[in-house]
Amino acid sequence: MDDLKTSRRGFLMSSAAAGGALLTTGAAQAQGGPDPLITEVQYWASGLGDGVDATPYGLPIEYEADVIRRNVPWLTADPISSINFTPIHALDGTITPQGCAFERHHSGAIELRKEDFRLMINGLVDKPLVFTYADLERFPRENHVYFCECAANTGMEWAGAQLNGAQFTHGMIHNMEYSGVPLRTLLEEAGIEAAGDLSDKWVYVEGADASSNGRSIPMEKALDDVLVAFKANGEALRMEHGYPVRLVVPGWEGNMWVKWLRRIEVTDHAVESREETSKYTDTLADGTSRKWTWVMDAKSVVTSPSPQSPITHGPGPLVITGLAWSGHGAITGVDVSLDGGANWQKARLAKEGESKALTRFYLDIDWDGSEMLLQSRAHDETGYVQPTKAQLREVRGLNSVYHNNCIQTWHVKENGEAENVEVS
Amino acid sequence: MSKFPKLIAGTALATLIAAPTLAEPFGLGREALPEEIAAWNLDIAPDGSNLPVGSGSVEDGEMIFSDNCAACHGEFAEGSGNWPKLAGGDDTLANEDPLKTVGSYWPYLSTVYDYVRRSMPFGAAQTISDDDVYAMVAYILYSNYLVEDDFVLSNENFMDVEMPNADGFIVDDRAETEYPHWTEANACYEDCKDDVQITMRATVLDVTPEETEEASVEEAADDGTTEMVAAETTEEAAPEMAAPDPELVAAGENVFKKCKACHKVGEGAKNGTGPMLNGVMGHPAGQVDGFRYSSALEDAAAGGLVWDEESLAAFLAKPRDFIKGTKMSFVGLRKDEDIAAVSAYLSTFK
Repeated sequence: MDDLKTSRRGFLMSSAAAGGALLTTGAAQAQGGPDPLITEVQYWASGLGDGVDATPYGLPIEYEADVIRRNVPWLTADPISSINFTPIHALDGTITPQGCAFERHHSGAIELRKEDFRLMINGLVDKPLVFTYADLERFPRENHVYFCECAANTGMEWAGAQLNGAQFTHGMIHNMEYSGVPLRTLLEEAGIEAAGDLSDKWVYVEGADASSNGRSIPMEKALDDVLVAFKANGEALRMEHGYPVRLVVPGWEGNMWVKWLRRIEVTDHAVESREETSKYTDTLADGTSRKWTWVMDAKSVVTSPSPQSPITHGPGPLVITGLAWSGHGAITGVDVSLDGGANWQKARLAKEGESKALTRFYLDIDWDGSEMLLQSRAHDETGYVQPTKAQLREVRGLNSVYHNNCIQTWHVKENGEAENVEVS
Repeated sequence: MSKFPKLIAGTALATLIAAPTLAEPFGLGREALPEEIAAWNLDIAPDGSNLPVGSGSVEDGEMIFSDNCAACHGEFAEGSGNWPKLAGGDDTLANEDPLKTVGSYWPYLSTVYDYVRRSMPFGAAQTISDDDVYAMVAYILYSNYLVEDDFVLSNENFMDVEMPNADGFIVDDRAETEYPHWTEANACYEDCKDDVQITMRATVLDVTPEETEEASVEEAADDGTTEMVAAETTEEAAPEMAAPDPELVAAGENVFKKCKACHKVGEGAKNGTGPMLNGVMGHPAGQVDGFRYSSALEDAAAGGLVWDEESLAAFLAKPRDFIKGTKMSFVGLRKDEDIAAVSAYLSTFK
């Protein structure tokens, strides 16, 4: 552990130092003479770069090699049944590239060919059906951008500030544009007259991997906006996100977004599967537990500056940015506090909030170089305002794991470093 | 609707639920056959419907559990390392660190049978017979002091078992207990606090994973080099063995993640659920001190089984076919290149 401590501090210090050095160098060049990057012919301005097809499927340039998914090894017993985190501290805009979008598997990411894919609809339907992948591509399709957040996102922070980085505290989230067929269309194809009164019916959805992850979804949600998706951000789903077909359950916890979808059963009861009883339930202070806590409430986080994205310049113009989202609909506003929640100002939304999708916010300030306690607070279209951790604890106690949507605080120091803290 | 939280505005809901029957089908897909539905439609309802006919005893369950589950969940279902604990934790749910097990937390027994039958053992799901699943569930109940040691669980008496936390759940009540309080009207903008103090810092706990990825990769590479040097040294003594291809070894290290839950390698490797594997390649089977092998593997070892590339490849492809009765509850590696890579990786641990 000593080595780890030393080297992480080393990292933080060296990044701050590097920033400082950069600043000094820039200033020195401006004052001390012409910049050789401008006055001398550089090799890239003289020789030739790569030809087309150098990389038939391109990856980020090597200088971005640190913008990757990371996991927290002590969190789970084994990487086959585990989770990692999106590097949100290093991204901008709202769309998450698939290659760095967080993964969560229960029995590992499987390789399932489109040719081997089968989707069954059974249970209380007029005619149980089996679809191939090719069948799915013949139904009318829709495109929607939605966030997918694991219910456990920020779950390690219940008891107190624990992980030092927005990637680790808030990175169990991604936001993609999905192309797929509404679940409603497939249910109609099988016919649900047999189900009779739909108001108390459910669909049970199940994956094809060994974990056989299954969740019960109320029929009204299934008929509302659930999507059977096969493309994300324009290309096929990645293996780790359920190739060839996953379920998209907008605004609801990621565990319900069943990957490698193989079966949809119409039932008159919730199955009460392992993932909706022993997991993804929320124990309150008195030992009673909430179940069926599906919706992800409004939440936001400043992604930069943050512990992994310190300020590397001195006082002056500073871009504070972050992400906000709500499972209840669109984000209508984000407030930012520089003083730990004593005073708030309205941030600028990069564009109008979209329902159940990430919204990017900015607060452009003239930083005076003094320390800050940075917070953000999301508002959604229902009038809900993101609570503090104290407010959440007051209702739920300290035993919860999931659905921690509290306001996050970063302590930004005079040297630009930031730390995950809790404030009074 | 009363049993659901309010999800969607009333009118929208009425529209959603009224409309589907009006849509014209596209005529896509084909009818599912009864055998196909039977193969996949395994989920069991909380009222026990869809349970298969069968039974299993605590006594049988103890052995089955020991062979298939104890590696991760402990001999007495008490858990091992970070793997889930299945027993204990009575009356801890209101404590600071509640211990959530089948006995202390799970509200329905149907969930246990359903999950074990479809998703366990880890790495060899759906290889246990329905009767054996009854036996395993009976043993888990016994480990939680919920049944006696002579208990036999069956589809007949399944619903008679009382789960201690059956009444411990309420339906999501955030709409009543939380949403009305955290609103625009209650949001403060100026002078919201008299004083702001830092009360906790993440750096004090210091549990954030290492950030210097390159350094750790280099360290790993250094380790690899050390192993390679060791391999070469051995090679002089045994010239018939070629040094493994470093790329293959690296690929094998990756594949070995599937094995690591149970098998350790490298300096100081100890037996876990499975035996430690230093020196496995080129040596007789079943020789690791202190590991209790299955009688099937002991028989094979007595018959002269030596782990070489060929025998290991056959074992790793289908463990239970190669050694019938092996305790290794792993279904096997499907790709030949993964098997070759793991063999190469293991050959670096002398």
